[in-house]
Amino acid sequence: MSASGIRPGRRGRSVVTGLGVVAPTGIGAARHWESVLSGKSGLGRITRFDPTGYPVRVAGEVPGFRAAGQVPGRLVPQTDRYTHFALAAAEDALADAAADPATLPEYEMAVVTASSSGGTEFGQHEMENLYQKGSSWVGAYQSIAWFYAATTGQVSIRHGMRGPCGVICGEQAGGLDALGQSRRLLDTGSRLVLSGGTDASLCPYGLVAQLSTGRLSTEDDPARAYLPFDAAASGFVPGEGGAILVVESADAAHARGVPAYGELLGYAAGFDPTADGATRLPVTDDAARSAPAPDATRLPVADRAAQPPAPSRTTARRSVLVSVIRRALADAGLAPGDVDMVFADASGTPAEDLAEARALTEVFGPGGVPVTAPKTLTGRLYAGGAALDVATALLALSAGVVPHTAGLGRPAPGCEIDLVLDRPRQTDPRTALVLARGHGGFTSALVVGAGDRNALRR
Amino acid sequence: MPEFTLDDLRRILRASGGVDEQTDLDGEHFADTSFADLGYDSLALLELVNRIEREYDLQIPDGDLAHTQTPREALTYVHARLTEARV
Repeated sequence: MSASGIRPGRRGRSVVTGLGVVAPTGIGAARHWESVLSGKSGLGRITRFDPTGYPVRVAGEVPGFRAAGQVPGRLVPQTDRYTHFALAAAEDALADAAADPATLPEYEMAVVTASSSGGTEFGQHEMENLYQKGSSWVGAYQSIAWFYAATTGQVSIRHGMRGPCGVICGEQAGGLDALGQSRRLLDTGSRLVLSGGTDASLCPYGLVAQLSTGRLSTEDDPARAYLPFDAAASGFVPGEGGAILVVESADAAHARGVPAYGELLGYAAGFDPTADGATRLPVTDDAARSAPAPDATRLPVADRAAQPPAPSRTTARRSVLVSVIRRALADAGLAPGDVDMVFADASGTPAEDLAEARALTEVFGPGGVPVTAPKTLTGRLYAGGAALDVATALLALSAGVVPHTAGLGRPAPGCEIDLVLDRPRQTDPRTALVLARGHGGFTSALVVGAGDRNALRR
Repeated sequence: MPEFTLDDLRRILRASGGVDEQTDLDGEHFADTSFADLGYDSLALLELVNRIEREYDLQIPDGDLAHTQTPREALTYVHARLTEARV
């Protein structure tokens, strides 16, 4: 076994049996899903601090979250809000899955979450103490609250999950990478993995750190601030929250007698160094590398990153997103025609929207698959965004509908995609592809299939 | 000399380390239960000591108070240091 706890092993089926959601659309999967179906937006003027004077003043805040009631008391002052969200969501997800960690082998349970910026608000508060009052005023918990793995560690301790735990920092793609990693862990000796991601960077420090990307919307009207694939697209709105999922081997779920929202069918990741803001390197496309490992989709991210890049001249025009989608489909054993809906990354910046639309058209044909982006209701939740999209996709599969993208007006020219607008489509989708891109070039895709939990059907 | 009572200790513990279902700061055995058994680890003690130092203007050397000790032992220790500071 390697230091990461990953051994080569058989490939089993991975299913999702529990969902915990803390999002601008509501706390709890049921409330979130109601908001998605009704197109109820969680975007508004920032209230967590006075945004006057900042160029970005609209965000997606989680309504009515009270840490004191939803997080173990000792952990409230010891951890950041992004960890509070994950602790609450993990508790909900386990209850939803009817899983009691105390009854399961502790070394066969693991926690893998995504983190984009760690405990930003906690860190800001302690830095204020440092420069306003002095070093003795910096709290001892700063040492554990700010860093990327804080959430994984606290959730692991809270539930006695002592299997191979970890954190993945893939910016806004990380939620999919964490779920991809959870699938690997189930192949290598774990039976239950808490996975997903949360973020809570709606403080001045967190917001200012994001401004340098130039991708945040400065629009003051919440209804017009985040319009991906729209002619009026002006960037994205930041949000807070995310989702934690209970991922189990199908055998373990069957043995416990619990139904599944769906199955993680395929996953792939790549890195697009041409993405705006990334270091300018020769274009590489991992699909075009001279000798890709036959199961490259199953390698840990670090292993793939260590592979040598291919010569740039042969691959200069290949889309990394296209190759990632194709590898995820291949990993799932599906053809493009088998995909019933796509949850788009939906950047909200015109060039990235166009690149995503073209990639979808290249793989599926013009208008070849329904595409949706319910994240217009929440803003982009960084590490929590893709995890929430997967939760939404699973809820949609369970309910048998393709949720719509609320709030869009006129499609951007050149985006030849079948964007689901105005209302959900009752088409009984059985598979969904979820896409996510993170700042600098992180590019990931996850394919999920319907399970046998269909209480949401109407 | 500023007062330092068990109630002050409880107040600072609540603010620094928090409380939950595993901790009972108001029970009759509070004063004689180790911080560890009350649910506070070494980091919680570090934070507690920092706050006592700031509030009571004391210097408490590393290791003088540990999570293996009890609130009563901490109270006795802080009383002694406050008395020293007065003379």
